[in-house]
Amino acid sequence: MYQYALQDQRIVDQRVAQFRDQTCRYLEGKITEQQFLPLRLQNGLYVQRLAPMLRIAIPYGMLSSRQLRKLAEISRNYDKGYTHVSTRQNMQINWPALEDVPDILEELASVQMHAIQTSGNCIRNTTTDPYAGVAADELEDPRPWCEIIRQWSTLHPEFAFLPRKFKIAVCGSESDRAAIHSHDIGLELIKHPQDGRIGFKVLAGGGLGRTPVIGSVICEWLEKRHLLSYLESIMRVYNQHGRRDNKYKARIKILVKAMGVDAFRQQVEAEWARLKDGPTTLTEEEVEGYTRYFTAPDYQNLDAGLAERQLDEQCAADSSFDNWVQRNTRPHRVPGYRIVNLSLKATGYAPGDINDHQMDSLANLASQYSFGEIRTTHEQNLVLADVQQRDLLPLWQALKPLGLATPNIGYLSDLICCPGGDYCSLANAKSIPVAEAIQARFAELDYLYDLGPLDLNISGCMNACGHHHIGHIGVLGVDKKGEEFYQVSIGGNQGKDASIGKILGPSFKQDDMPEIIEKILKTYLGLRLEEETFLDTCRRTGLEPFKQNVYA
Amino acid sequence: MRVKLIRDGRVVEDDWDGPLLSLEKLNAGVSGDGLGLVLQPGESPQQIGVELSRLSLVAIHFPVLTDGRGFSYARELRERGFRGEIRATGEFTRDQLFYLKRCGFNAFQLADESQLEESLANLEDFSEVYQASIEQPEPLFRRR
Ligand code: SF4
Repeated sequence: MYQYALQDQRIVDQRVAQFRDQTCRYLEGKITEQQFLPLRLQNGLYVQRLAPMLRIAIPYGMLSSRQLRKLAEISRNYDKGYTHVSTRQNMQINWPALEDVPDILEELASVQMHAIQTSGNCIRNTTTDPYAGVAADELEDPRPWCEIIRQWSTLHPEFAFLPRKFKIAVCGSESDRAAIHSHDIGLELIKHPQDGRIGFKVLAGGGLGRTPVIGSVICEWLEKRHLLSYLESIMRVYNQHGRRDNKYKARIKILVKAMGVDAFRQQVEAEWARLKDGPTTLTEEEVEGYTRYFTAPDYQNLDAGLAERQLDEQCAADSSFDNWVQRNTRPHRVPGYRIVNLSLKATGYAPGDINDHQMDSLANLASQYSFGEIRTTHEQNLVLADVQQRDLLPLWQALKPLGLATPNIGYLSDLICCPGGDYCSLANAKSIPVAEAIQARFAELDYLYDLGPLDLNISGCMNACGHHHIGHIGVLGVDKKGEEFYQVSIGGNQGKDASIGKILGPSFKQDDMPEIIEKILKTYLGLRLEEETFLDTCRRTGLEPFKQNVYA
Repeated sequence: MRVKLIRDGRVVEDDWDGPLLSLEKLNAGVSGDGLGLVLQPGESPQQIGVELSRLSLVAIHFPVLTDGRGFSYARELRERGFRGEIRATGEFTRDQLFYLKRCGFNAFQLADESQLEESLANLEDFSEVYQASIEQPEPLFRRR
């Protein structure tokens, strides 16, 4: 994991001092509301429906045990004792007092954390694969590149007042677990088609929100050392030409559409012609320097066959352990190890929420079983990436009483859900109660497993923080003459064959939602051929049969 | 009374006596050098139709503090070799001075003159930066 050098620490410390001064001047009335707005946003501070909300950056989802303990402490001392994992792999607290925020930021800085650019019209936290560095299908670890991008984008003087927010994601593996197609810029590490050297495929203009768009390829293969000057060229075209007259037309996707991909690419290349080979060009030694922070931890040389046999025996002896291993763990690239997913989607709890006690206990478990590291995922779950197979049983036994062993990863009840109308001032409708009603209705695990992998994503408004467009089933809160309604779409997907879901038809009342979802699922079960997943069936049959059953 | 502003790290009186031409006027044809120009958002330095060396002052106007186009304009001007004064005018605030300076601005005409002295400190909000910029052409990764 990346460790701050003196310079990194100085930057976050000075940022805290700067924001302390700004907050002071604001409270003294020397800065207007309007002037303070971008300053607080770029430090992660929103003013929400009931209280401020502070979004803390978890760079590309990596957390140490020490940092997680600090988050637990902050949530206890300054908030109501819980935090929420966002779909940008960040963590937010919902009830801090404005005047406490500089102190909270100082606490964060003491463990190499911050809230810089977690909001506002600037470059946001770069996200990536939560299985980075351990996935079996990985070509190259994306995290050194995420860190390089993090440093380049942090307090970038030219791009702090963009037309709109800007999100970058990096993928280094065969399956895309970072949703790079729905980002302003998506980067994919790929081999050069002829000589096999690894470089970047660059996508631009993807995004969700009011106008969902799948990103377009603007560079088929970019030499790694040019990454930053190329990104800078894209940003410069966007900063100068992105629309600023209408917030809903201000994202880069609209610019790319309006100009056309080819014209956009030409502009980027024209800027790049001047920036290329400048001081921002990376050298091999520098990249090597960053890579060293993400080398493999001290894995033990394990007898994989033996570990496998032991695990089989343990599974045979306890079917619910067996089930958890099957549903929530994934193969690791090192023999004798597994990737463990921790579901934050237990029925009865707001999706993505975790309390201080859970955080403290998990920090200890991570130290004991997974090299002291925890990862957040954009599906609002957590991952312990390096667990020895023989530790799975004691780990599971410890997770169960904490409520962190729900065996539903990738299934219907492991849904993505934004904070919605319970917290968010932009919401059209509540999202958490809909999630809870659906989870309660489909609590029968065997039914969920029979349905197979299913992404259900819920957003409380068009801003699409709950990624509803790319859920196999997407739910969107809409406002109809002051009443909360829900629009349902199906057939969306993240991953390399990403697609945007299609709207079924007129929207539904909150109380009817579990019923509607049930009708959709029944339609699927009636239509599916053998091993077909929900998505396969949708793609094969189209919307029509679903429509007929739902609106019958 | 003359307007006050920050120039090259000090509060001074504005001694610019010449006109500040709009981009349209400038491109319509003017003679001589030592010219002054105002760029509005949407008017990129790429549209300047005269040799940059004929300009002494380019004012970049910020009608609202959140319109960040001017940051790129200043940087482009410097990258194209402009050596004269680049002045921020309009609704920017002292909390943006550090970024403005890094993008190549060397003069700041704050809307509220009474804040000038206090604002000098903001030019030094950070003693370390990550990126290459006009005033620090080497990114931190090359200086570690
Ligand atoms: S999708 Fe809308 S309601 Fe949900 S968190 Fe985002 S802005 Fe708020």
